Amino acid sequence: MHITIVGNGVTGVSAALRLRELQPDWKITMISGESDYHYSRPALMYIFMGHMRYKDTKPYEDSFWDEQRIDLVRGWVTEIDAEGHSLQMHDGGAICYDRLLLATGAESNKFGWPGQDLVGVQGLYSLMDLKKLYANVEGASRGVIVGGGLIGIELAEMLHSRGIEVTLLVRESSYWDNVLPKEESELVTRQIRRAGMDLRLESELKEVLDDGHGRACGVLASKLGSATSERIDCSVVGLTAGVHPNTTLASGNGIECGRGILVDRTLKTHSPDIWAAGDCAEIENPGEELNWIQQVWYTGKAQGKLAAESMAGGTEAYDPGIWFNSAKFVDLEYQTYGQVGFRLPGEEHLLWQDEESSRLFRIVHVAGVVVGFNAMGMRWRHRVCERWIAEKWPVERVLADLKDAGFDPEFFTRFESEIASTMGRVGSGVRS
Amino acid sequence: MATKHPFAEYIEYEFKEEEAGFGVPYLVPDSQRTHKDGSAPGGDPIERVGAGLVVIGVVALLVQLVSGAMVGSWVGFSLSFGFPALGASLYFWAKYRHTAPGIKNDGLFFKGSTARGTIGWMVGVGLTTFYCLLYWYPEVLRDSGLVAITDPIAIALTGRPGDHWFVYGLLYTLCVGVFGIRMLMRYRHNRYHIVRTISVMFFQMAFGFLIPSLLKLIEEPEFYFTTFWPLNRYYLLPGENGMAWTATEAAGQVGVYMLLFAGAMTFLGTPILTYFYGKRWYCSWVCGCGGLAETLGDPYRHLSDKSTKAWKLERFLIYFVLAFIILVTAALWINHTRGGDVLGGYTYQVQKAYGFWIGSMFAGVAGVGFYPIFGSRVWCRFGCPQAAILGILQRVFSRFRITTNGGQCISCGNCSTYCEMGIDVRAYAQRGENIVRASCVGCGVCAAVCPRGVLKLENGSSVLLEERYTS
Ligand SMILES: Cc1cc2nc3c(=O)[nH]c(=O)nc-3n(C[C@H](O)[C@H](O)[C@H](O)COP(=O)(O)OP(=O)(O)OC[C@H]3O[C@@H](n4cnc5c(N)ncnc54)[C@H](O)[C@@H]3O)c2cc1C
Ligand code: SF4
Ligand code: SF4
Repeated sequence: MHITIVGNGVTGVSAALRLRELQPDWKITMISGESDYHYSRPALMYIFMGHMRYKDTKPYEDSFWDEQRIDLVRGWVTEIDAEGHSLQMHDGGAICYDRLLLATGAESNKFGWPGQDLVGVQGLYSLMDLKKLYANVEGASRGVIVGGGLIGIELAEMLHSRGIEVTLLVRESSYWDNVLPKEESELVTRQIRRAGMDLRLESELKEVLDDGHGRACGVLASKLGSATSERIDCSVVGLTAGVHPNTTLASGNGIECGRGILVDRTLKTHSPDIWAAGDCAEIENPGEELNWIQQVWYTGKAQGKLAAESMAGGTEAYDPGIWFNSAKFVDLEYQTYGQVGFRLPGEEHLLWQDEESSRLFRIVHVAGVVVGFNAMGMRWRHRVCERWIAEKWPVERVLADLKDAGFDPEFFTRFESEIASTMGRVGSGVRS
Repeated sequence: MATKHPFAEYIEYEFKEEEAGFGVPYLVPDSQRTHKDGSAPGGDPIERVGAGLVVIGVVALLVQLVSGAMVGSWVGFSLSFGFPALGASLYFWAKYRHTAPGIKNDGLFFKGSTARGTIGWMVGVGLTTFYCLLYWYPEVLRDSGLVAITDPIAIALTGRPGDHWFVYGLLYTLCVGVFGIRMLMRYRHNRYHIVRTISVMFFQMAFGFLIPSLLKLIEEPEFYFTTFWPLNRYYLLPGENGMAWTATEAAGQVGVYMLLFAGAMTFLGTPILTYFYGKRWYCSWVCGCGGLAETLGDPYRHLSDKSTKAWKLERFLIYFVLAFIILVTAALWINHTRGGDVLGGYTYQVQKAYGFWIGSMFAGVAGVGFYPIFGSRVWCRFGCPQAAILGILQRVFSRFRITTNGGQCISCGNCSTYCEMGIDVRAYAQRGENIVRASCVGCGVCAAVCPRGVLKLENGSSVLLEERYTS
């Protein structure tokens, strides 16, 4: 049996490694046009900032792939011949497969802004983008970043670390407040401003200006709803208004796609012998309102692993489990567990904040049963928070055991008892 | 079709990231900056004052070495040792005081000083040369006048003029102090590092320098309470090779207590403390070598080799050295109890071979001299027999471990990159496994640099808890 995987991101790699565990004798080929070896995409920023070299972002030693007998191919797949079970490569070669996994990841969103294809305008997703950024910042004194979210702030930090002034244009009235509750969003907003970045809220990009030679030389930005726009001179423009599944290869070759490559709960596409997983996949979810498109590291890992099991004959359905994520906004760490910001019917919030140290802890509950936690400036134990949510612990019990979940380093001031007593006093009746 | 190919832009990209790497991105020159790590352009005036004091100090030192003027006076000593130490401390304090507390690794891989560039190599050559002089050509240090410059303080502390070992101890302690301040400023958002850094600074200053000096002053044996066999082999070597001699003849009662203390630390203190806290209680909190690595060595911690090959070499070398010192100790004791009829005239040679190859070449010349090239823990990782023993204890029965926070790891690699011991922390973290490695000195830097809050150093207190919640 020959398994071929398109994409060497975390999804492709997780699938390959799981398959190797399950099927010691199958032939596994993993293809990517982006890099020879798997690297950690979230670490892109650290290469540019000089915290790590590119090679430090590779989670496995180069010799590991040989040891695992996983064949690596560098190149772009341009066509899929589903009938003939073969792939066309950009350099004319062909690779066949018995079963195929598409793990082609995502691409940066572009919203049809005038000038979005000028030189100097770019997203931040891949090594290609990183390379572009090196060229685009040459001689730059200001960069404009369009769109908030996690990648926008990372790109801003990158430019800032090289002494380049940063202007962030976001449509929201507080940073990332479409995802973060008000108080968290305010903390992040404050953090960004304190770092010396020019954050413009309720602002949008109108146009990227051409310097006459096809290069960006500035942008026109305006306040939401305002007719007048302001010119900001800059030589690099970052577009970080989210990502969408990369379906170029699949949709161009007759594989059914919606917003992403459509797969069932076992991650099989509608075409025979083809699976899809990770950032590129849209998991059909009969009975629920929305299909799942999950575009973070751990879901790629989980989906890749499940896709491998499914390709090896498994029938288990994908279970997204209890959601979690973490990020760092300049120096402010953020963790989230469960359903915060989901606007569940009847949800109530308990909030503790230490303004001075930018620490925050939030419990979301429905009728006294915890459904989610948010933390800023503090670390919490994933497995404990997850258990509490999965087992539907009542708020009182969580507060009584809150100490179990603290994950800050030794000697740090512990806030669990203060949090528990503040929240306990208020009771489970505060609405926010 | 050719122009509008959906993959056209991808295919154009033919970059060989493996060979070429990404290099150094453009940096806005200081003069054009409106911000610089939070401080005003041009830097802090105190930063310049600090740098100025260092320069004055170095000039004063050179003048004294060349002309002999002021040598042996307090003025001369204060100018050439005090000014640089004070100046460098001020410099580091001022350099970081305006920056926001947080991880400060920007540009580390772009700077020659911290990424094996020209400055790095120069520092390496300088340190290596100094150690060579110290061990094999001490007369150079003496005849140059360097030793004499420290006479005032040597007399004050030890009651006699200094020798090259005194100069070494003094410089060592000053380095731990000055770079300790740098470390404190860089990690001032993290109380683990604050407490730990103060601890290594204190133990070096008090137990590595002042107390042994003062013991000399009152004519007691120059005893280091924080080194034990096998790192300090003398304390358990027999006859005129070691402490046993001190206990019997010269020092009388005090020496016996000292010897008992050293022995108790080796055989009781070490296992007990390591059981509770892991090897870190010593290696990154108390030890002088560790103290230097955690302060002077901090700019170089990311240069340690993370490959499996290096790990294999580490396991071979460190246990080889351990075996070597055990053999040397055993042989000397057998020889001693049998009145010298086993080794005879070779007693001295055996002990000397260990001293030359391990004590001087490995621990000093390579261990510290190679900081800017192979990272700050070359000796601690590949050579130290104390670390070998502590490591075995840590691996086999200690409660210490680094816990991984569920599935939060994004495999970014910061932890592995900044592990001075060259442990591939990420390899464990990305699988959700805890880290229990013989070589981990518990410095806590992996946990500090992790951008996703994945790692936590723990003394087993929460192991049961983890189990309760994951079963
Ligand atoms: C800057 C940045 C920061 C991030 N930070 C975080 C974070 O902190 N936490 C988190 O959870 N998530 C983060 N993410 C998201 C996370 O990186 C993704 O969810 C994850 O990488 C998706 O993995 P994947 O394997 O599905 O896709 P990808 O990693 O995108 O891999 C797909 C690969 O397939 C290749 N490919 C596509 N088409 C073809 C073709 N036709 N032929 C050959 N190869 C092809 C692509 O070039 C790519 O290499 C971040 C993303 C970015 C861009
Ligand atoms: S694993 Fe972490 S704590 Fe241990 S030595 Fe390495 S960086 Fe320090
Ligand atoms: S630094 Fe943290 S997130 Fe990055 S690889 Fe290490 S444990 Fe994982």
